[in-house]
Amino acid sequence: MKKSNSTFYLLITPVLLWLLALIVIPHLDMLFRSFRFETDDGSWVFSLNNYLAFFEDKIYWLTFVQTALYSIGVTILAFVVTFPVAFFLTKVVGKRYSSFMTLLLLIPIWIGELVTVYGWMILLRDNGVINSFLLKIGVINSPIEMLFTNFSMTIGLLYISMLFMIVPMMSALESMDDSLIEAASDLGASKWTIFRQIVIPYTTPGIVSGGIIVFMLVIGDYVAPNILGGKSSLWFTEQIYNKFLASFNWSEGAAFGFLLLLLSSCIVWVALKLSGQKLDKVGS
Amino acid sequence: MIRSLPCSRLYITGFRLYITLFYIFLIMPLVTICILAFNDSHYIALPWQGFSLDWFFADTNERLGLFKDTNLLLSIWTSFKTGFFVALFSTVVGTMAALLFEEENFRFKGLLYFLALAPLVIPGVVLGISILLSSTNAGLYLEDTFGVDVEFLRPSFWLVVIGQFSFGATYVMLLVSARLKKFDRTLEEAALSLRATRLQVIYLITLPFLRPAIIGAFIVAFLISFSNFNTTIFLVGSDPTLPVDLYSRIKFSSTPVLNAVSFMIVAFITLAASISFFLHRKSE
Repeated sequence: MKKSNSTFYLLITPVLLWLLALIVIPHLDMLFRSFRFETDDGSWVFSLNNYLAFFEDKIYWLTFVQTALYSIGVTILAFVVTFPVAFFLTKVVGKRYSSFMTLLLLIPIWIGELVTVYGWMILLRDNGVINSFLLKIGVINSPIEMLFTNFSMTIGLLYISMLFMIVPMMSALESMDDSLIEAASDLGASKWTIFRQIVIPYTTPGIVSGGIIVFMLVIGDYVAPNILGGKSSLWFTEQIYNKFLASFNWSEGAAFGFLLLLLSSCIVWVALKLSGQKLDKVGS
Repeated sequence: MIRSLPCSRLYITGFRLYITLFYIFLIMPLVTICILAFNDSHYIALPWQGFSLDWFFADTNERLGLFKDTNLLLSIWTSFKTGFFVALFSTVVGTMAALLFEEENFRFKGLLYFLALAPLVIPGVVLGISILLSSTNAGLYLEDTFGVDVEFLRPSFWLVVIGQFSFGATYVMLLVSARLKKFDRTLEEAALSLRATRLQVIYLITLPFLRPAIIGAFIVAFLISFSNFNTTIFLVGSDPTLPVDLYSRIKFSSTPVLNAVSFMIVAFITLAASISFFLHRKSE
């Protein structure tokens, strides 16, 4: 097909503008800024001080490591919790119920994390719904402290991210032919064998793309750790937030932002390499 | 195991029990908020004090309902405006990007495509601070060299729109590309051989085919914008969007009006989802 040049330029100009002005230049700017340091007399010099601050202060790199490990943990937890649901909706329950139940899964996604996190705050408070209920039926005598702990933070992070994992896993499972499972079952394979040797390998692309989305949402989240987390549940985004909006040390904030970007890109890259997938599969 | 295979009672019952618990976990925070929005109390949580519409309509010193709280109404309005402009710009540029990457061939296409997907793996916080840094730099530069003050380069309504557009366009691109992959290219070739220009082909053939995907992408971009917090918080000026307003109220001054706003959001999303569900079922 013959392509005309004018159409090509009409299409590429806005796209280039978008990518250069809002993706490339801002991130180069951030990288540049992270190596700048304001001396006592107010002039700007090139320096590694912003990164040194990160390594010298224990709280920063401890938070960094904790955020990374926690995010991986929540991603695995999200897989364990949602895989049976994805399997149930695609392979077990009848078509009529499954489309309605799938719709229910999408509603919390569109409601947005602020409202759902707030909902969990009400549920988990000392005088919240769960504690009041437990007190009433007499299981406990005094309220259990659930809000402002790592437990409440994990619940919040899991809730806001896990549904993004179900959708890609469901589309992978939907394309899987039931007769594969039937054949294995006829040949006497146990449920566990079928699950490990047929279902999981077949669903891997969906698991990886869902896992990456969940991981990115969790590691970059601010609302759930900040509203539901306690004193010990520090999140690296909170450090960035403080640098920018509380102490106005933008250079250190830029360095921290770059470290977060580096960390998340590395983990996503490793996940893609280990599973042999490409980035554009994650998007679809 | 699956629909077509017989299974033990215990397995089926256990599976159903798990799914039930999962759905209870899913809707519990939403149902709680919706009920407590009608609680006749000064506190956001229990105990239940009787039914009241005060947190929607009251206008007294002690209680300021949702529909009388001008600040809250203003932030809802700001969110609608932001969502509209973000959806508009994202849809236009995202559709152009989809056409560009699906139909044209050019140098550095792979690199540009990678950049267009990058917002999927950049944490929202990082996107926010990098755009804040570079827009501030650009604003300072313009002021120093030309003496002009460009308002949208400072944290403001339009900077929020720009920031949310930077990742909204990616989602639109992915949704439109998915539909474009199913497009029968011979239709375009037929039109071209009948002497249509390339632009006429896009306008008369390709875009009508893409229409459902474009409308869907517009709605998705609107909803993403409406619930975004992580990027917005760094770019927001004196007119907060609803999530920013909700966040500061949850942190510093929570009254049951929060339940009322949340109820409205939950009700609106559920209604919209149900309508699309029934329309979809009718068309099948």
